[in-house]
Amino acid sequence: MAEVERDLDLKGRISFWPLDELINWARSRSIWPLSFGLACCAIEMMATYASRYDIMRFGVVPRPSPRQCDCIIVAGTVTKKMAPLLKRLYEQMPDPKFVIAMGSCACTGGIYHYDSYSVVKGVDKIIPVDVYVPGCPPRPEALIEGILSLREKIWKR
Amino acid sequence: MEEVKLLGKIKKKFRKGVEAQAKEDIIEVKVELPRLLELLAWLKSKNFNYFSFLTAVDRKTHFELFYHLVNIESGEKVLVRTEVEREDSTVPSVVSLWKGADWQERETYDLFGVTFEGNPSLKRILLPEDWEGFPLRKDYEDPDVVRRPEYF
Repeated sequence: MAEVERDLDLKGRISFWPLDELINWARSRSIWPLSFGLACCAIEMMATYASRYDIMRFGVVPRPSPRQCDCIIVAGTVTKKMAPLLKRLYEQMPDPKFVIAMGSCACTGGIYHYDSYSVVKGVDKIIPVDVYVPGCPPRPEALIEGILSLREKIWKR
Repeated sequence: MEEVKLLGKIKKKFRKGVEAQAKEDIIEVKVELPRLLELLAWLKSKNFNYFSFLTAVDRKTHFELFYHLVNIESGEKVLVRTEVEREDSTVPSVVSLWKGADWQERETYDLFGVTFEGNPSLKRILLPEDWEGFPLRKDYEDPDVVRRPEYF
């Protein structure tokens, strides 16, 4: 409710905010994720960016460089060979940075959890994860839900 | 008809150490390791110009190698099977016959540890270069691998 009132306050009126809150509000409404896909989840992620689901209406703009990003959507299976590269990309992003683990593979290893020699059992073993989006792969609606949860998380920080 | 002819030719040319039989749309040839290269070179000369795939199976006592060849023009297919020891698994490379065998041999080396003598760059192709062991061997052990629990 408080959020709605503040939004109303912004329309033509003066409102007093703590600076942190204002900055977090701005951050939560311009999440720029890295264009980064690993497997079939990336196809759903692209569908989310495209015109039918049009996630740009939430201020989500994919960026091609980690220097310009504040969020990384790990869309797909993280293999042991890919893990160091993923970690480096994460380290190249400026603070504050957030991670969405998209799909079963990125959350826990998914169908590769058992008897696999090459897959990392969940991306949270490499980098800290803020939001988990389960599904195999998750539908675009689920990813949007995940991004909106991340928005809430940044806003309530 | 073509397949029957080819089967007869193989049987005529290679008597010792080679077993050949026709399956539905493929001729299956079992060959002993010393005659492998000779057989493959002969098949190449009979216009089997496409090296479809190479793979291995760990039979616990030995490795079994599978060479799948296709004659693009006639559509004939040949599956060549051979057995190789686990401890000293050295096989002659066929890169000199088919260039396309290079990466297949490297993949088989990567996952099973079969050494292909004569391959120009026999090093890991899929796994990271510092990987230890050969993961598709039955006796491969890795503390990171989570084994499936027995529910039933």
